[in-house]
Amino acid sequence: MTVSETRKDLVGQRLKRREDPRLVKGAARFMDDIVLPGMAHAAILRSPHAHARIVSIDASAARAMPGVAGVFTGRDMEAINPLPCAFPVGRGFENNINTPRALAIDEVHWTGDGVAVVVAETVAQARDAMDVIQVEYEVLPAVVDAELATGEGAPQLHENAPNNIAFKWNAGDQAGTETALGNGEIVLKQRLRNQRLIPTPLETRGATGDYNAGTDEYTFWLSSQAPHVHRLLLAAFVMGHPEEKIRVITPDLGGGFGAKIFVYPEYPLVGWLSKALNRPVKWTEGRAESHSATTHGRDHVTDIQVAANRDGKITGLHVKTWANMGGYLSTIAPGVATTLYGRMVSGVYDIPNVYCEIVGTYTNTGMVDAYRGAGRPEATYLVERAIDLVARELKLDPADVRKVNFIAQESFPYTNGLGMLPYDSGNYVPALDKALKNLGYSDLRAEQETLRKQGKHLGIGFSSYVEVCGVAPSAWINAEGWGAALWESANVKVHLTGKVVVTTGALPHGQGHETTFAQIVSDRLGVAYDDIIVEWGDTKGTPFGYGTYGSRSLTVGGAAVVNSVEKIRDKIKKIAAHVLEVAETDIELNDGVASVTGAPDRSLSFAEIALASATGFSLPAGMEPYLDETSYYDPPNCTFPFGTHIAVVEVDADTGKVDLKRYVAVDDVGNVINPLIVDGQVQGGIVQGIGQALYEGAVYDDDGQLVTGTLMDYAIPHASQMVNMELDRTVTVSPVNALGVKGAGEAGTIASAPAVVNAVIDALSPLGIKHIDMPLSAPRVWAAMQEANERN
Amino acid sequence: MNHSVSMTVNGSKRDGNVEPRTLLVHHIRENLGLTGTHVGCDTSQCGACTIMMNGKAVKSCTVLAVQAEGADIMTIEGLAKDGELHPIQEGFWEEHGLQCGFCTPGMILSSLDLLQRNPNPTEAEIRHGIEGNLCRCTGYQHIVKSIQYAANKMAGAAGDD
Amino acid sequence: MYPAAFDYHRPGSVQEAISLLQENPEAKILAGGHSLLPAMKLRLAEPGAIVDLGSISDLKQLSLNGGATIGAMCTYDALLNSNELETMFPVLHEALAWVGDVQVRNLGTIGGSAAHADPAADIPAALVALEAEFVVVGPNGERTIPASEFFIDIFTTALEPEEVLTQIKLSAPDGNVVSAYEKFPHPASGYPVCGVAVVVTRDGSGNVSSARITATGSVYVVTRLTGAEDALTGTGGDASAVEAASERATEGVSEFAGDHYASSEYREHLTKVFVKRALNRALGN
Repeated sequence: MTVSETRKDLVGQRLKRREDPRLVKGAARFMDDIVLPGMAHAAILRSPHAHARIVSIDASAARAMPGVAGVFTGRDMEAINPLPCAFPVGRGFENNINTPRALAIDEVHWTGDGVAVVVAETVAQARDAMDVIQVEYEVLPAVVDAELATGEGAPQLHENAPNNIAFKWNAGDQAGTETALGNGEIVLKQRLRNQRLIPTPLETRGATGDYNAGTDEYTFWLSSQAPHVHRLLLAAFVMGHPEEKIRVITPDLGGGFGAKIFVYPEYPLVGWLSKALNRPVKWTEGRAESHSATTHGRDHVTDIQVAANRDGKITGLHVKTWANMGGYLSTIAPGVATTLYGRMVSGVYDIPNVYCEIVGTYTNTGMVDAYRGAGRPEATYLVERAIDLVARELKLDPADVRKVNFIAQESFPYTNGLGMLPYDSGNYVPALDKALKNLGYSDLRAEQETLRKQGKHLGIGFSSYVEVCGVAPSAWINAEGWGAALWESANVKVHLTGKVVVTTGALPHGQGHETTFAQIVSDRLGVAYDDIIVEWGDTKGTPFGYGTYGSRSLTVGGAAVVNSVEKIRDKIKKIAAHVLEVAETDIELNDGVASVTGAPDRSLSFAEIALASATGFSLPAGMEPYLDETSYYDPPNCTFPFGTHIAVVEVDADTGKVDLKRYVAVDDVGNVINPLIVDGQVQGGIVQGIGQALYEGAVYDDDGQLVTGTLMDYAIPHASQMVNMELDRTVTVSPVNALGVKGAGEAGTIASAPAVVNAVIDALSPLGIKHIDMPLSAPRVWAAMQEANERN
Repeated sequence: MNHSVSMTVNGSKRDGNVEPRTLLVHHIRENLGLTGTHVGCDTSQCGACTIMMNGKAVKSCTVLAVQAEGADIMTIEGLAKDGELHPIQEGFWEEHGLQCGFCTPGMILSSLDLLQRNPNPTEAEIRHGIEGNLCRCTGYQHIVKSIQYAANKMAGAAGDD
Repeated sequence: MYPAAFDYHRPGSVQEAISLLQENPEAKILAGGHSLLPAMKLRLAEPGAIVDLGSISDLKQLSLNGGATIGAMCTYDALLNSNELETMFPVLHEALAWVGDVQVRNLGTIGGSAAHADPAADIPAALVALEAEFVVVGPNGERTIPASEFFIDIFTTALEPEEVLTQIKLSAPDGNVVSAYEKFPHPASGYPVCGVAVVVTRDGSGNVSSARITATGSVYVVTRLTGAEDALTGTGGDASAVEAASERATEGVSEFAGDHYASSEYREHLTKVFVKRALNRALGN
């Protein structure tokens, strides 16, 4: 719909996105579309070995190749500091921090480690020259498994991290949990592998650096979900260059899913190269290169022990996790495995005794950091598998066991036993009941019985989830180990012509902020939607902000927009009162028109207000011209979206292939600004989680070579593998922010993997199968069925 | 040794001079300045580089520019006519068939090939028809709806003739 | 994503192509390019020269006169659009439809697939099951290689370095012939983890007089499953006969392929499953 008139009801409408015309016309500007005069191209030689000492590098042949402007090694750029780890584990825990450099100097720790860089006139020339760089390595033994890395005799990666331990962390009540395990009517143990995933945004990363010798300023174009944070970290930690002399621009971004939050070695590198060669330098990551060099997600090995009463009530949950960090710590990696995972492992359940212990380890693999859901999918997977194990053991309906253990509605705000901030709001039973109703649960169970008699394996799997979103309260997150704050900013300006410009520190890359933020402003300011534009993505021109990840843009950034609008409204009232010569309390502001209460003919249109405020010809004494307000919103709490998803699958008895038959989801993300966009976020999220459940998995061999190095081997979901998802919602308004919203970007991914796995195990339960590790690929499921058949 | 190449691109004759190893996608993006065609992988998997060549969808990362000598090429920039979005573009906009939008140009052109062959595809045929295009954002559901929207619209337009 | 440099040649005739191959021992033939170019982009292949067959129009001819003579440069798509070919050789049509995706089928060629001899390719399974003949032309003239001798090993055929595959010939089905291709695709690449093609001839009384059953993807080179063929021949081709044939499907196969995705045991098992599925569908069970 085209929205030219002023209206107050845009929030909640399925508005199609205003971002789309440029994208469907091929007129957007992505990273690799940036071309600067005199620009040269970089290619990075990465180590062929996962663990090795660099003995020597001979770049002489490469330097002589056509078009080569320069070849450099880590030795040439020792002035660039190692990257910062901005989110080590919180106070009081062991931290042994190692982070990568722009290029490795003495030793490489994974196959993504860069050892040399070529800059040439064309990418092809840079690539040609890269091939003739001679590097002599002393190959060292490698370790790739998080648990094995801590074992005796394992290859050691870093001197300051004995037994490859990056950190140790725990939360909860150890003694109480051990007692509960001792007293449990039943006690179950299970090892769970939450496999390593490759985020795979369709656009790989890129970086362009442009150093201006006249001003001593660096301009970077970066694949960044958080340009201000990148500038801050590059300035304060990596390059030692004044922050005001660094500008970071992010153009249209082809997906991120977390992988573009972080500062990567290539980013200071292109800046350094630009200064060294006095010309802009661009690096664009190849897909195979991306699989190696961009961060991965998940990769936990977890032992759970769960104690329960015979009615299904869980009395204790003990969790020990080895979290694979890769060769170094990425920007926020430890925080993901602790705050966002360890404090959430009890999920939607009121578990009286819970304890979680985490060992973060270094291995000769790619760095692991936040990937869509970031910790919460791992937590949800663990507890949802635990619930199903209990239900199966006690022969109870898994839906009933969930209800027995749900946090009661009257318990909110609810404090769990793991030190998470209080869950803001929740009402879990109605969401589950709605999902059961939408599914037609009892009929489907009957059908399942019928099919079983025909030898068919139909399975129904549940996942009830809660996630923590809008991770922000700055003092809290700082105590958790994060080195800065996480509030978000917004500026709202009203130009002389009445056009409204909203500027945000968030960084949309598919989430539709240009649309939803304008919906909010249009309603609250009474300005026509088409008169509002939303700007983002350039540190020059946007207020400092922390960016887009963790489903935080609306809950934190959107709330900042609301605050700025409120300030504008206050100022408008003052101006109107002055112009209309009444008291401010006599001014009403409706649909953008300021009028005198009881005398609607005495009014100022929005255009008149804009003109008056921008020109400043007649303002109250002491008031500055212009409507221009900035807010920095630091919320009092996080938000906790929740819901229940149900997957229905059929397992092919002959091949082990899992076919998704139906997928029913009921989510509660609080108020919804744009249902079309929320549906899209949830659908995309669900499919990423299904990808983990059924197809995806980064595989390293024992030497640390990435076996799933291209999209030929690493399977992300295709259209024909998926079904139409049946979405529904309940609405439990968040009390945390003015919009009552909770965040929707990650819910699907968090919920769906356990739903699908539980469905497959449900399908195969007549065979006595209790667990199969993800991905539930056909060969793996078939092998489990074979094993079960032999056992039976 | 460079080769001269000449092709019709979005209705205009475009000449160039390329190394034999220049991929068609690089020629289109870098020499012709049409950056709506994207590169998403290096193994011909993702379909972000899909263009129409002689009326059929092809992955322009798996064609040498010299192979396109004399070809009739249409990129995403050539799909909208006289400022009017093509029904498929319109469908993707109406049905929220895109999020980050990086896969979208290729996805739209594969949809065009599909609807040229099969103007009234079933959901399964649509899912099969876009098998050569990966989207990491949408979960495909809204893409399917977008193509259904376009099919309906195009059928209506055909019926009007 | 950026191939190493090479010289490019676009001959107008097969003879010219052969001369170029003789002059450029480093040369690779470019057909549809959908195997070669991806390898070159990753620099897994760095040929010094490319001989592009794209301008030799003779090689794009499909003639149907009882049997089929298929030019090596016919695209999958062009062949899929021939109703006559589909009617005559449904197994080939099905295999063609399974190749890659629409963009790949629009440019990829049948000759390219055959000459590349990827162990996980769909087309060779159908061609061997149909006992295709491969017409190749080289410096010493033309010769015809039977399917049983064409595919030798992984990425290896009976083609000599200076020879060009020009045509693939299929004989018209003789009598009551039924066929099918069944496949288990890899979730990422779409290549067959296991593909099985079956071509079965029935005599006047409905009994199976001959069967040609091939596997691809599960083995390192397309392979005739003679155990299954023998088991089926002479039977009525009913479900129990198919079951018995599938049990013998892996007889005599020396090695099944295995990798991190699927073990050789799994592929061996799939071979039996897909022999059964393909036969049952072909025979209408």
